[in-house]
Amino acid sequence: MSQRAAPAAVVDGVSKSFRLPQEKVHTLKERAMHPFRRSRYEPLEALRDVSFAVERGEFFGIVGRNGSGKSTLLKCLAGIYRTDAGEIYLDGRLSTFIELGVGFNPDLAARDNVLINGVMLGLSPQQARERYEAVMDFAELHQFEHLKLKNYSSGMHVRLAFSVMVQVEADILLVDEVLAVGDAAFQQKCFEVFSRLREEGRTMLFVTHDMEAVRRFCHRALLLDRGEVVSVGKPSEVASAYIDLNFSSEGAATTRPEERLGDGSAELLEAWWEDESGERLPQLRQGESCSFCARIRFHREVSHPIVSVVVENESRHPLMATSTEWAGIESGRFGPGEEASFSVRFENAFAPGRIYASPWVSHAGAHGIMDRWPQMATAVVTGPHISGALVDLPHEVRLDSGERTLAGTAPR
Amino acid sequence: MSATARPLGRRIRGPSALGGDLRRMLQLALTLAVIEWKLRFFGSVGGYLWQLMRPLMLFGVLYIVFTQFIRFGEGVRYYPAVLLVGIVLYTFFADVTGRAVTAVEDRENLIRKVAFPRLVVPLSVLFTAVFNLAFNLVAVLVLVFATGVKPQASWVALPLILVGIAVFAAGPAMLLSALYVRFRDLKPIWEVLLQVLFYGSPILYVIEMIPTSSLQKAIVLLNPLATMLVQARATLIDQDAPNAWDVVGGGHLLAIPALIVVVLLVLGFWVFNREAPRIAEEL
Repeated sequence: MSQRAAPAAVVDGVSKSFRLPQEKVHTLKERAMHPFRRSRYEPLEALRDVSFAVERGEFFGIVGRNGSGKSTLLKCLAGIYRTDAGEIYLDGRLSTFIELGVGFNPDLAARDNVLINGVMLGLSPQQARERYEAVMDFAELHQFEHLKLKNYSSGMHVRLAFSVMVQVEADILLVDEVLAVGDAAFQQKCFEVFSRLREEGRTMLFVTHDMEAVRRFCHRALLLDRGEVVSVGKPSEVASAYIDLNFSSEGAATTRPEERLGDGSAELLEAWWEDESGERLPQLRQGESCSFCARIRFHREVSHPIVSVVVENESRHPLMATSTEWAGIESGRFGPGEEASFSVRFENAFAPGRIYASPWVSHAGAHGIMDRWPQMATAVVTGPHISGALVDLPHEVRLDSGERTLAGTAPR
Repeated sequence: MSATARPLGRRIRGPSALGGDLRRMLQLALTLAVIEWKLRFFGSVGGYLWQLMRPLMLFGVLYIVFTQFIRFGEGVRYYPAVLLVGIVLYTFFADVTGRAVTAVEDRENLIRKVAFPRLVVPLSVLFTAVFNLAFNLVAVLVLVFATGVKPQASWVALPLILVGIAVFAAGPAMLLSALYVRFRDLKPIWEVLLQVLFYGSPILYVIEMIPTSSLQKAIVLLNPLATMLVQARATLIDQDAPNAWDVVGGGHLLAIPALIVVVLLVLGFWVFNREAPRIAEEL
């Protein structure tokens, strides 16, 4: 017989599907006109047999791609959707933040909006009125309190909403992507509040795309894909599983030939990524040797052409750029119809995520472009750890306390 | 999870019409109603006066037409008071049910984002209409005194009539707000039905003007609003006017309009309660 307290949240075998009508019969008239047409429904299974438990005081991240069911899961937990199967148990006062400022009305001033939002989030009207001053203090909006909400800037709007949220005392918080809004200073404030809530031993279940936030705040995380639990465990493991999942199932190449340009003296025929053994792969492991390769055909006689490539990450930050010129290659003469293979080999230190290679061929000297193909080849770098940096250079870390020296290397 | 035999928290069963805490439900509905009521005349110079203007304008036009052009109200004692009471009470019923039709959709933002007893939505519409009624009744009282009606002991029955109309409005309100999500043409249908109700209730006319007594009877028996308007006239304005039971010829027959009210209320709640768990998904 265990005397331990109940877990903050238990989700046991929860399934949920939505009925998506194929032809939406919306009016009585339509129904009367076509009495024998059955409205057909296409079931969409948003959650399939999801089970997990969250302990008291735990910060629990729920991650997954768009449409993976994470918001549906949160809404089931919040009691907004009824589950089809399975059971959900919560122990403690619950507050849900699917959106900041639920119930806000643009035509009302701060006081009424704080009241309505506070009440929607679970305060009594009296509590909401008592906490109004505290909300305005935290939001630093006292000077604008008589302004209608529609005259607020979006930043002020978010600050007000977040300040109400902070005032709501709940044991279990369900939070959906709230951190995605606001400027850097506001996000910092959010992080401080989250840290405080964490220290106070509140339980939080929090849906996000931001792996960095998961690693920073969550004790554990859950990865959902197509409504099923892929993994539950340490944030770093779940975060890297998320990266794998996010990129592996996508199409191998998203090239943009429409942005191709050049004078046609040379043509980029194909480009790809390959591993150490020369196998063409859509995925590359961090820490291993890899190559970018391209084949070029010349259509006119050229001398000393330069082949270059820039490698970018998902957010178009250049990670690496090189060329035959930089590497000191005197390329010589090529006649019409001649072909050349170009490759760049290096130790893969890129951070996990998608990378794109954009190669181009240019004339010597003036650098007029013969052919350029943005994002001609793409690959996904996989790795065990998400550091949040652009590249993860191999390095050594030491901690020296005089008596003993501790050392480690990363990436491991 | 059950293998460890640990205690579990409370079971989350998803949304429902009532959902547990009755106090919170009333608080929520009241808060929403107050805010909604404020919004209706927030920022306009005339403020509340405009809200009052609607029934008063209607009253003014009808009064002039039916006393100056068609000498309709001539034989009726305190005709202006009868007319205004009828308009204000009908406006209350139309306000509740007319706004309830789209209420769920109007509150979509809340329904999809927060869990709360879904009945709060039509209930807040009812509360807002009650605030309006309370203010309109002030205008009614002024006019009632102005036409020379003396305060009577029977006025204590007025709250009962008001509650009767509120209960009569609550059934259709729940029914309409739950079904509108699926059948969008309820809105024009209900607008037409409200017009029918306006002319089918003794507002412009008084019940004795209906030519045959069987037709008088039918209207009072089948239209609970008519029953209550007849009763309102008799208790509030003119004690010599016929009572509802005078018209139908026996108090026991009034069980029929009462039954209609109760049936609509039960049906409305039953449908709303059935739809409540999935209302957030259907939107």
